[in-house]
Amino acid sequence: MISRSTLAAFGGLALTALALPAQATTVNIANGSEPGTLDPQKTSGVWETRITRSLFERLVSYAADGSLVPGLAESWEISDDGRTYTFHLRDAEWSDGEPITADDAVFALRRVLAPETANHNANLYYPIEGGHEVNTGDAGPESLGVEASDARTLVVHLTQPTAWFLQALAMTEAAPLPEHVLADSDDGWVQPGSTVSSGAFTLSEWQPQSRIVVTKNAHYFDADDVAVDEAVFYPIDDKQSSLNRFRTGEIDIAYDSVPASRFDWVQENLSDALRVGPLIAEYFYMFNLRDDQPLADARVREALNLAVRRDVITQQIMGQGQTSSYWYVPRGTANAPQGEMDFAELSMDERMARAKSLMEEAGYGPDNPLQLTLNYNTLEDHKKVAVAVAAMWKPLGVEVDLVNAEAAVHYTTIREGNFEVARYGMVATIDDPYDFLNAYADNGSASRASGYRDETYDELVAESTRELDADKRRDLMTQAQQRLLDDYALLPLYDYVSAHLVSPDLTGWESNSMDVHPLRYLKETD
Amino acid sequence: MLSYTLKRLLQAIPTLLIVITISFFLMRVAPGGPFDGERQLPPEIEANLMAAYHLDEPLPMQYLRYMGNLIQGDFGPSFKYKDFSVTELIAQGFPVSLEIGGLAILLALLLGLPLGIAAALKRNSTVDYLVMGTALTGIAVPNFVIAPIFALVFGVLLGWLPAGGWNGGALPNLILPVVALSIQQIAYIARMMRASMIEVLGSHFIRTARAKGLNEGEVIWRHAIRPALLPVVSYLGPAIAGIITGSVVIEQIFGIPGIGRYFVQGALNRDYTLVMGTVVFYGILIVVMNLIVDLLYSALDPQIRYDD
Repeated sequence: MISRSTLAAFGGLALTALALPAQATTVNIANGSEPGTLDPQKTSGVWETRITRSLFERLVSYAADGSLVPGLAESWEISDDGRTYTFHLRDAEWSDGEPITADDAVFALRRVLAPETANHNANLYYPIEGGHEVNTGDAGPESLGVEASDARTLVVHLTQPTAWFLQALAMTEAAPLPEHVLADSDDGWVQPGSTVSSGAFTLSEWQPQSRIVVTKNAHYFDADDVAVDEAVFYPIDDKQSSLNRFRTGEIDIAYDSVPASRFDWVQENLSDALRVGPLIAEYFYMFNLRDDQPLADARVREALNLAVRRDVITQQIMGQGQTSSYWYVPRGTANAPQGEMDFAELSMDERMARAKSLMEEAGYGPDNPLQLTLNYNTLEDHKKVAVAVAAMWKPLGVEVDLVNAEAAVHYTTIREGNFEVARYGMVATIDDPYDFLNAYADNGSASRASGYRDETYDELVAESTRELDADKRRDLMTQAQQRLLDDYALLPLYDYVSAHLVSPDLTGWESNSMDVHPLRYLKETD
Repeated sequence: MLSYTLKRLLQAIPTLLIVITISFFLMRVAPGGPFDGERQLPPEIEANLMAAYHLDEPLPMQYLRYMGNLIQGDFGPSFKYKDFSVTELIAQGFPVSLEIGGLAILLALLLGLPLGIAAALKRNSTVDYLVMGTALTGIAVPNFVIAPIFALVFGVLLGWLPAGGWNGGALPNLILPVVALSIQQIAYIARMMRASMIEVLGSHFIRTARAKGLNEGEVIWRHAIRPALLPVVSYLGPAIAGIITGSVVIEQIFGIPGIGRYFVQGALNRDYTLVMGTVVFYGILIVVMNLIVDLLYSALDPQIRYDD
């Protein structure tokens, strides 16, 4: 399965043969789409970070199971007030042999917040003193609260304690960058031949739409423990195609390559390769809560929630192990808030009876049906779910108009608040409930789109971010989420799962809710 | 003929300008922008992105900026593929699309023309019915049905050929996509050649040729085929332009790094510069192919002359 090329056989490639052991282990990966960029601060998709993560090591890194472990920083201290982080960098080198210094880390954090970098996740670094001001262009990057107190010590000052800050530093966005390479120009600096990397691999080939090859970095601090010599990432958009190529043995790891219609077949025939795991992502219907909208009435929102049978959707329509959800923050998230919508334990008959009486109270009935538009982005699965939900609402006398649009149009419609009910898929950027909860807080993306405003909720979310004690923090987050749920501000459907194919010949690949699978831990079994 | 060619090329400039202008504004009228995705961005960050790509400027200003760059041959950076300019993307992808498409057209001509001629000569015979029946099926079954079946049967089940991948253009990787892409063309060309052959064979000058006592082979080779090719040639102009700019279906299913996908993905991603780049490129190709067709006409039909 794993292609083993005996490089020594090629006399002409003596130089390559010197750099690699005689028996090179190559892992071939079906990686979804073509990366838009490999600049770790300009990426926007998982298919990009899967590659950049192998090229750029962070101060704090991921273990195979997705938990945080020391990376370029061998240790760190957090001050008692939770506002000062001191990182001690290990003795490590860039792939060109230059030392990796605290200045490189300062350089990277300033760059990620510089407005011209236009980083998508810059808000995760707003807790750093001056972070927001730098990102909006109101202050220069030098004013950012990060300093190199010596070549191997980095100090970061935060405006307030931030429970998830280490998670933010584990993202490729925060990886130290080679100032000696980038100082003059960052134009196309991540290209084979001109880039310098700090991760377990270096970039050796990039043929757009065809393949990207990364090769083991001999200068990596943990190079001795890296078993893979080379990894080839193929951009294969079509799931069926990457499934085909996995079956022929050409591909060893195929990400997101099980078409929904083929899931049963794969489960039966490729069970030793199929890896299904929870994902920190939620499938829900967003409600437009503005005053002039039909769903401004909480009774209607409750009734719509009551009538939807999540188990039918997860088991009969999706059928890949998705968890029916009566909450907002996916349960696979680290320190996820508890609690659920209060009807979760009721029988379906009780739920329908309550839903009908709520609709009646709200003034709707067979003579005066509620007309609703349900928007979803064009995809077969979304359509199936929408049709099922519309059918479940029918007994309440709700008449649904289904509207589908391509993704760019759909999300614009949501952003502008031009919808009544809209399908939404929210994916976490860090293993923490913050992304989710913050979206419905003041000025969060979901709050702006749906018109949800609750000052108590905002206060609970803000307080939970500042709280460093995990248990107390979870309590605060549970209270916050419960307000959202008791208000029926949205209609949760299920927690996503990831479904990948991994050759049984590989070890060191572990399912985890962050869906991170660093190449450096992969090993081939004989 | 040279001055005719030059005149045609000059005439193409205003046509292209109109195409570019309409495409530019149509693209912007479409709702949604390049940064509208599942992850909704905080306003501060969206503002940074808009500024980085000059999307915060008034539209006429953006248009002027784009045209100014275009005149200098600069298609601008792709919004989605940030590490590459649109020119680089087209320059890297076009040779691949040209190879696949060129081979497919060649195959289509090699098979389609003889089949069409044979069917015309044996009109209403078993050969004719077989050829036309197959051709109809070929036209009716689209790429997105044929290609996955090929990949599954020859790639996965039989294992004769790679199920996908480009592999630097190695022959085994070329076969399935080229054949899948050519099937519809074979069918079209065979049908067109048959129809036009039948028409020519019934015309006066063929009757005259036969009356002069020429043998049948000479009648067909010397007198019938050339005029019968005219409709095929005029079809081939735009068809070639379409095929060598790639097929999004074939490229996605077989993982081929051509430019066909940019037409579709560019539009879906609202990658304005990439869409504009492909539109301009395709526009130029169409103009050039139509010109070549017109010049070929004069070679095939002595009645057509482009006087200086």
